[in-house]
Amino acid sequence: MSAVIEEHHDHHDHKPSGIGRWLFSTNHKDIGTMYLWFSFIMFFVGGAMALVIRAELFQPGLQLVEPEFFNQMTTLHGLIMVFGVIMPGFVGLANWMVPMMIGAPDMALPRMNNWSFWLLPGAFGMLIASLIMSLMGMGSAPNFGWTFYAPLSTTYGPASTDYFIFSVHLMGISSIMGAINIIATIMNMRAPGMTYMKMPIFVWTWFITAYLLIAVMPVLAGVVTMMLMDRNFGTSFFNAAGGGDPVMFQHVFWFFGHPEVYIMILPAFGVVSQIVPTFARKKIFGYSSMVYATASIAFLSFIVWAHHMFTTGMPVAGELFFMYATMLIAIPTGVKVFNWVSTMWRGSMTFETPMLFAIGFIFLFTIGGFTGLMMCIAPADFQYHDTYFIVAHFHYVLATGAAFSIMAAVYFWIPKWTGNMYDEKLGKLHFWLTAIGGNILFFPMHFVGLAGMPRRIPDYSLQFAEFNAMATVGAFIFGFSQLIFLYNVIKTIRGGEKATDQVWEGADGLEWTLPSPAPFHSFTTPPTVK
Amino acid sequence: MDTAVTCSVPQLYNATDGEVRAEEENKVTSHPNNIEGVNKNSTTRVITRLMFVVVGMFGFGFALVPLYDVFCDITGINGKTGDKVTLAENMQVDTSRVIEVEFIASLNGSMPWEFKPMQHSIKVHPGEPTRISYVAVNRTDKVIVGQAVPSVAPGRAAEYFQKTECFCFTEQKLEPGEEKEMPVIFVVDPQLPDDVSQLALSYTFFIKPSGASNSTASLANNSNQEI
Amino acid sequence: MRAAKHVAGLLGLMFTSEQALAAYQMNLPPGVTTFSQGAYDIHTMVMWICVVIGAVVFGAMIYSIINHRKSKGAVSAEFHDNTAIEIIWTVIPFLILIAMAIPATKVLLAMEDTSNSDMSIKVTGYQWKWHYDYLGEDISFFSNISTPDAANLSTNASVKKDDTYLLDVDNRLVIPEDTKVRLLFTSNDVIHAWWVQAFGVKKDAIPGFINESWVNVPDPGVYRGKCAELCGKNHGFMPIVVEVKTKEDYAAWVSGQKTAAAEAAASAEKTWTKADLMSHGQKVYTTACAACHQANGEGLPNVFPGLKGSAIATGDIAKHLSVVIHGVTGTAMAAYGPQMNDADLAAVITYERNAWGNDTGDVVQPSDIKAAR
Repeated sequence: MSAVIEEHHDHHDHKPSGIGRWLFSTNHKDIGTMYLWFSFIMFFVGGAMALVIRAELFQPGLQLVEPEFFNQMTTLHGLIMVFGVIMPGFVGLANWMVPMMIGAPDMALPRMNNWSFWLLPGAFGMLIASLIMSLMGMGSAPNFGWTFYAPLSTTYGPASTDYFIFSVHLMGISSIMGAINIIATIMNMRAPGMTYMKMPIFVWTWFITAYLLIAVMPVLAGVVTMMLMDRNFGTSFFNAAGGGDPVMFQHVFWFFGHPEVYIMILPAFGVVSQIVPTFARKKIFGYSSMVYATASIAFLSFIVWAHHMFTTGMPVAGELFFMYATMLIAIPTGVKVFNWVSTMWRGSMTFETPMLFAIGFIFLFTIGGFTGLMMCIAPADFQYHDTYFIVAHFHYVLATGAAFSIMAAVYFWIPKWTGNMYDEKLGKLHFWLTAIGGNILFFPMHFVGLAGMPRRIPDYSLQFAEFNAMATVGAFIFGFSQLIFLYNVIKTIRGGEKATDQVWEGADGLEWTLPSPAPFHSFTTPPTVK
Repeated sequence: MDTAVTCSVPQLYNATDGEVRAEEENKVTSHPNNIEGVNKNSTTRVITRLMFVVVGMFGFGFALVPLYDVFCDITGINGKTGDKVTLAENMQVDTSRVIEVEFIASLNGSMPWEFKPMQHSIKVHPGEPTRISYVAVNRTDKVIVGQAVPSVAPGRAAEYFQKTECFCFTEQKLEPGEEKEMPVIFVVDPQLPDDVSQLALSYTFFIKPSGASNSTASLANNSNQEI
Repeated sequence: MRAAKHVAGLLGLMFTSEQALAAYQMNLPPGVTTFSQGAYDIHTMVMWICVVIGAVVFGAMIYSIINHRKSKGAVSAEFHDNTAIEIIWTVIPFLILIAMAIPATKVLLAMEDTSNSDMSIKVTGYQWKWHYDYLGEDISFFSNISTPDAANLSTNASVKKDDTYLLDVDNRLVIPEDTKVRLLFTSNDVIHAWWVQAFGVKKDAIPGFINESWVNVPDPGVYRGKCAELCGKNHGFMPIVVEVKTKEDYAAWVSGQKTAAAEAAASAEKTWTKADLMSHGQKVYTTACAACHQANGEGLPNVFPGLKGSAIATGDIAKHLSVVIHGVTGTAMAAYGPQMNDADLAAVITYERNAWGNDTGDVVQPSDIKAAR
């Protein structure tokens, strides 16, 4: 025993430093930091692509890019935002907060944690390299939409598609390992006295999300492997010529794809469930129903996938089943919204930046939820499918939904991470510009979608011009406002008003018993939870 | 590495705090596997089980391929009519119903043949075996091997459209200039739902994907192919 | 005052259904078929239910934000549970969903009308145009965007941006009014989707498979649609135009088509002058080839080869004919033999061999094409 202790004593004297600290980190805080910075950088990369898209769509006519390049922009924008911003952002938050919230010293598998992170720059390096090569005239980057339907992506895909497949495999491995780590940590390393039903909601939502990840990321790996085989090894999974079926691609993809969007939103629900009680100075309303609602959403997410496929020629029975199943998801989701509002109700609220983003989330995610309900009505969906109405829906739930919650979480927890308070004025400015810009950007998309504008087009007929121009203005406001956020984050890391341990008056939970900044190793002795 | 960290790398935490606390925590190490109450074995157990789930779900993704076909065959959804069938001997002809069957011929991609049905449509009674033909002509100067894929609309009628002879999924080789008649003998099952009275049978000819034999051409292929 | 008028105008537009192609249109139009009207009705119902629920929920939030704030002296209450109310707000949404599901189901089932159609048209999606084949009539043609220059950055500015920008084609799909027309969809290459919003019809066109839908348009008119599934480079440049004629006009159109087909066959027999071939060839090139090979013949490096100064366009004629007629397997170069008649092929190949400084002086006649097929 003593030999082991001495070894560790030596470890403690060995302050991690230099590039090795980051390359070889096994510390959940450092790894969380790396995930968050990676996500933030990718946010600007994906955001720049969005600005290229919106700039081209500012007016009817082609002014800036060829249609072929435009398709590459929409594809990479989607891939980067989904796999490079939202998912790593939430994993970063999980890495930082889950061990502290449950009183654990680190994640269950710290070395695997490191590898999970470092796979991502490799994966995205490949994708971005394919874009650079495309800009240099060496062939197209992936150009088939982030949903990469066959046979556009198989028989007709550019050479970079095989690198895209490899990239997806790496991202998938990263997510799967991360999810295994989270489940093992939550199951095995909770402090004594912390039963499952005493865990913070953020931990619960990540626990459930991790199960979704290990269930469906392997299916994504399967579908891109089938693509690889069709492209290179003469199989015909999705090629009708050989007896395959392009529609089967959609079934297998969306079997992954639908739970994927819940993977992207459940942690957001968790963040909001931490923030609203804190700033309302009131316990979360209906803790157990929040847990059961999250679990129901996760379960239901497996049986609704074909609502993305209503126009493929499904028989009526199939359309009805998927319509009913999708409608059901509105119920647990609604319960959560009602619970958040009830937490606010008769609380004693203050509106610091995290609370602004959290309330913004509730408003704007709910709008996205309403359009989702409209879309699941199959006969109406025949008019919405593949139009800007869909684009509006998913940007409301993902941009003014999930991304808002990540921003909220950063403002909420950065005092704990750095020991410094962020600049509140800049934070509020960031919030209002983002919220207003975001709505100017995405709300008009509902209108042009209903008026008949399809998605994934670089040019449009004249009747869609006015709202597209509006959306582009909103895009630039939204995009450039994020620089305020970047400035604020860097400023806070470098200094600022010192934060207390509890930071926020209404804050409650094990993480707020630690000093701010949290020490490199925390809860090396587990606390006891009453 | 003990290289000094310059101010260009922001300090996110105060490393010395950890050291101060280390004095108190001498007894317990910070490695998760040595925490009181955490059993190394239970972590391993959880991870092993989760890895099984991962591998299982990857396999499930591939299993969806034959499962999809099984589901389509049973329900006839997606217009998959499957391959030839041997019919029951005594199928009653239902003279009270007339079903119009239209024939569609399509060529995929750069398939350079001419391909058309010998008749556009035919009216049949359910239960009555009927023979029609398609014609394909290779007007190029190369030998081309094609493969035809059938599809039936509406999808829910597909399982009631039974072919006893067809050229589905069988390789058809045409020499330069060769013209071939390709027959289809079919029967519309009298169990066809009452509200369906128009069907369309479509064949799409593809250039046979090269480099793969029939048996490995598709893991998703339907049963019974003749070479 | 002007601003108020603007707002009133916008709100009015939101609730009126007539302006199909108006600017600032905010709502789904009801369209002209039972499909589109059914979709519009259910869309409207669900939208208003959502508006009401939103008003209640957001209203509560706004009330709370204003009144339950610390700065107003609010003190937080202790409650964090209420089983009764949680049951109520689970059951009531469930009932609302059932209230939505019933009419939605009715609308969907009504779309399944399977009475016999009077005619069938096979609709094939190509990269990047539609092909219509009137089954049993021997009428078939391609329908290309009428302004192919719109699809390239270098030539888009020369295209006039008018009310039918990106919504007009060279050959319209013509159908008779008040007739149940069966549409059978498939694709030549990747998945496309045929969508005419006024009809409420959107169906994927899938290679190797046949999908079916139908339309019955009560009144004559011109209805425009777009491709609704990403299908490659020019997904945004393959519109759909359906012209619904009276029954008499439709019959006249059908016989006109047959006459035109006979004339086209005849023109394949004659000998063309080089000037005629070049001018016709340029038209064909712009419609069918410029999308990839570009108007200036330079292509897109490493994506679509250039024809200007290329070995194929200036070298062996037989090879050039083979590439155009039979395509190049394994690449995006489709076989145009099945897609075009002899005259069009002869003209476009002649054009390619003489444009952009290629100047081979070669002239290809329709009879050469016929021999090379």
